[in-house]
Amino acid sequence: MEDTPRRPRTPRTPRTRLRAGVPLPLLLPALGGLVFLVLPLVALLVRAPWRSLPDQLTGVAVWQALRLSLITATAATAVALVLGVPLAWLLARTRFPGRRLVRALVTLPLVLPPVVGGVALLLALGRNGIVGRWLDSAFGITLPFTTAGVVVAEAFVAMPFLVISVEGTLRAADPRYEEAATTLGASRFTAFRRVTLPMVAPGVAAGAVLAWARALGEFGATITFAGNFPGRTQTMPLSVYLALQSDPAAAIALSLVLLAVSIAVLAGLRDRWMAAS
Amino acid sequence: MTTPARSVSDPQHGPRPRLRSRLRSRQALRAVGGFALAAVALTACSSGDSGGSGDSDGSATKSGSGSSSKKLSGTVTVFAAASLKESFTSLGKTFEKEHPGTKVSFNFGGSDSLAASITSGAPADVFASASPKTMKTVTDAKAAKGTPATFVRNQLEIATLPGNPKKIATLKDLTGSGLKVALCAKEVPCGAAAQKALDGAGLKLTPVSYEQDVKGALTKVELKEVDASVVYKTDVNAAGGKVEGVEFPESKQAINDYPIALLKNAPNAEAATAFIDLVKSAQGQKVLGQAGFLKP
Repeated sequence: MEDTPRRPRTPRTPRTRLRAGVPLPLLLPALGGLVFLVLPLVALLVRAPWRSLPDQLTGVAVWQALRLSLITATAATAVALVLGVPLAWLLARTRFPGRRLVRALVTLPLVLPPVVGGVALLLALGRNGIVGRWLDSAFGITLPFTTAGVVVAEAFVAMPFLVISVEGTLRAADPRYEEAATTLGASRFTAFRRVTLPMVAPGVAAGAVLAWARALGEFGATITFAGNFPGRTQTMPLSVYLALQSDPAAAIALSLVLLAVSIAVLAGLRDRWMAAS
Repeated sequence: MTTPARSVSDPQHGPRPRLRSRLRSRQALRAVGGFALAAVALTACSSGDSGGSGDSDGSATKSGSGSSSKKLSGTVTVFAAASLKESFTSLGKTFEKEHPGTKVSFNFGGSDSLAASITSGAPADVFASASPKTMKTVTDAKAAKGTPATFVRNQLEIATLPGNPKKIATLKDLTGSGLKVALCAKEVPCGAAAQKALDGAGLKLTPVSYEQDVKGALTKVELKEVDASVVYKTDVNAAGGKVEGVEFPESKQAINDYPIALLKNAPNAEAATAFIDLVKSAQGQKVLGQAGFLKP
């Protein structure tokens, strides 16, 4: 490092501060971007029917949809935790042929349009689907148009968030603790349960919150796979969409509730990450 | 003297990736710039289109090619009820053939959501809805020009699986337990009509889903996810052999009128009027009749 670099420009260390005065070509688009992201939310607050809001939000339909949304999102998160954490561990801690392909497949629902996910679920688990047909004939289980179907759709869309988040945390965690535990006689599962899991708990929690928020906002896969029936499969996003056509004020009120939930989630996550770091 | 070797290898490894990354970022910038330009150009185009018609209803004195009204050009945007999909698509092709230089672009969906997007300012020329009620939403919002005209009527039918394995013969059969039925949402004309027919017969029916538009209700039967749905005769026709239609007498009490109207802020009013005339013409009525629509 002592030999002089050939290029006159010295590499900038993170220490060097940005000099005051932001260049205009950066400032303008930056402000534009900020306005673009904030303005719609401001509009939602400005146009909210504050006066009739209590009446809007005490309607039976709203509570029905909100309750269903909270229950299904929580159930979907539970499913994602039970299936997703072991999957993340597998991706982070073991080597097997085709691991990269598996990871790509796991992350696919992240970028897949939710409606496409819904169609795929219908073709797999629908009454006439590849697996669904067999479920129907053997156990009489049909998932579409049921609350369980909503949970399936939401879990399908939300689980990748959790897997990615937990896998990242596992990779960052030092595997030597687990190795130490196993050399001291713990089985691999015990080491995972007593050492690894407590270590990555903040990451798991953050991933779970992300997955929960994603499940709460899920629209496309739900309406495609589970249909739309008040109290059974009509979650908040579905009722927002429907209300917009008949009663815009109600749609805005419902949107406000979802916005409040999102902000709460974000605030909660910040604290988590603060605690984690 | 091993350090020089390293210092030689360092620059070798140093600048190159840096250079590459700089190149890449430049390419990315260029791409982004291109996108931005294209986006700006597009919006400019579209705003130019919609701005062309002006806000006065002097559609005859349209800026642009000040030729006679014989020569139509540009795009006609038609918002039409989902049940009109097949017949309107074919009429659109006819229109484009008759008037070279024009293009008809369609937005098919539930009449209520179409009406909602029109009243919130979607740039459409023509609205064809499946019920006077959804059309009224548009006329009440002063978004239509002139009075809407009824151009066809449509009757409900039960769509069942091919071969009718559940032996559905009447509307009452749908209320039996163990049957999965999809209906249109009550906001959509086909849902309102189905509700009217059910009420008329004094029946209560709990579906498994309220679909967004009639095609959604039909698709659920085509995919065999439900045993039956209440849709229009025309949809059963359009589905070919994928579903089987069952007529029921109560549908007589719930026949839908389909109104069509030119919209007030139509970007291309001239061509839009010509398209509406085609729909109402004998030729248009023939196409619609073949699809299973009733005469107004």
